[in-house]
Amino acid sequence: MPTTTLDGHQVRVDDEGFLADPGEWSEELAPVLAAQIGITLTGAHWDAIRFLRDDFRVQGQTATLRRIATVGGIPVKTLFELFPQKPAKKLAYIAGLPKPHGCV
Amino acid sequence: MRRPKRRLVVLGAGTAGTMTVNRLRRRLDPQEWDITVVDRDDLHPYQPGFLFLPFGAYAPDKLTRSRHAQLADGVTFVTGEVHRVDPVERLVTLWDDRMLGYDYLVIASGTEPRPDQTPGMLGSEWRRSIFDFYTLEGTLALAEALPRLDHGRLVVHVTDMPIKCPVAPLEFAFLADAWLRDRGLRDRIELVFVTPLSGAFTRPVAAHRLGSMLEERKILVETDFLVERVDNELKALVSYDGREVPFDLLVTIPLNMGAEYVARSGLGDELNYVPVDPHTLQSSAYPTLFALGDAASVPASKAGSVAHFEVETFVGNFLQLVSGEPMTGRFDGHANCFVESGHGKGLLLDFNYETEPLPGTFPLPLAGPLALLKETRPNHLGKLAFRWIYWNVLLPGRPLPIPTRMSFVGKDRPRADSSTTTVQE
Repeated sequence: MPTTTLDGHQVRVDDEGFLADPGEWSEELAPVLAAQIGITLTGAHWDAIRFLRDDFRVQGQTATLRRIATVGGIPVKTLFELFPQKPAKKLAYIAGLPKPHGCV
Repeated sequence: MRRPKRRLVVLGAGTAGTMTVNRLRRRLDPQEWDITVVDRDDLHPYQPGFLFLPFGAYAPDKLTRSRHAQLADGVTFVTGEVHRVDPVERLVTLWDDRMLGYDYLVIASGTEPRPDQTPGMLGSEWRRSIFDFYTLEGTLALAEALPRLDHGRLVVHVTDMPIKCPVAPLEFAFLADAWLRDRGLRDRIELVFVTPLSGAFTRPVAAHRLGSMLEERKILVETDFLVERVDNELKALVSYDGREVPFDLLVTIPLNMGAEYVARSGLGDELNYVPVDPHTLQSSAYPTLFALGDAASVPASKAGSVAHFEVETFVGNFLQLVSGEPMTGRFDGHANCFVESGHGKGLLLDFNYETEPLPGTFPLPLAGPLALLKETRPNHLGKLAFRWIYWNVLLPGRPLPIPTRMSFVGKDRPRADSSTTTVQE
């Protein structure tokens, strides 16, 4: 498992650059990860990130866009505006969580 | 005095439910156990056949049989629509107020296409230029419409994952390509595959292989496309990020959802699937409740082969559970799928929770006769033979010479990881 240093934090990442261990994530790391994919975090971004982290703690898996919309109350349209093109993947990346696998 | 009989109730007499009751009826003493299975009708469809019907490969009357005729003697079949489940009182209520108490409940009511969940899908173009093939009515309507298409754009579309039989939309695209070529129409019809995924399939090696098969057939692919609505006037799919895909004929896989009673009973996730332990299929909230097949919220494919492997694990576990022993069987997410690729050929995929589909041979390591992830004629014949196996071996619960747990022997592991997509794209 490769290790990388992000803004002074040493973290383990998988081959796609996702954090290998969600426990190594911290709120300070989120803007650093976001910057890697060209996103500057606003309050609206944080609402989505916090929902995803809280939901993961309970469910043990990364919420899909549909779940963020129906359970978290953030419309899919908004998620596409906040995290363009690949919101599910980008959001998981910034939140330090595994890619959602609604897709098998 | 004899103690009262124990009651197992199974909701759904489809692939998973039928296999479950037939296997358990042989193993549970009829003096001690009542087994009841509930379904809303008495028509058991051979769902793998839906894909072929528009291409004229099956007569419609070959696709359904009676549900109760597939059940072992000593299983009670109840026709009725489930209203709700009370998992605390252990009671199932039907819409006509009949009540069924249980000691153990298996939810096996599958998943169904929900075109009503996408704005505009059920608009004026529904069943005129918009079709699904995951229902008998849908595939019959498509069988009439397809021969009328002689030019323009044929769009094959997946609304969102997970869907039942995740390879079927790809197979439809391959079969449509072959069918149009045979009719000399392929040059006049643009074939487009639209998916919410970042590639042709969910797992990297298979996505790569299936992706190049689309490319070889000049099927255009629109990836990361999450549909927001269907515009009936423009005859176009419109995505959340504003992309438009126009169509002359749209073959869509609507959003798939579990049964509504699951939601009404507070037992489901946001798509009405029942959260269960992925290795035992036991409800995380109620130990007397299990979900098998498509109805379960587990990260495995929603497919008949998965249901089969789940049922095998479940039956052994259930017998342990009811005799007070710990459940030792662990389901590993094993799936294997035939993929029709057109012109009498097919591929075979074999995978589980941890391992993606790899090339190799199946079911006998190295000997085959079936080749994994490669187009061959025996794979296609395997798929055709499957209909007989389904009715005569699988549903009655007779043993099939395929191991429940996935095997690595006979498979070629890739040297380096071949995943191709990254978030930075």
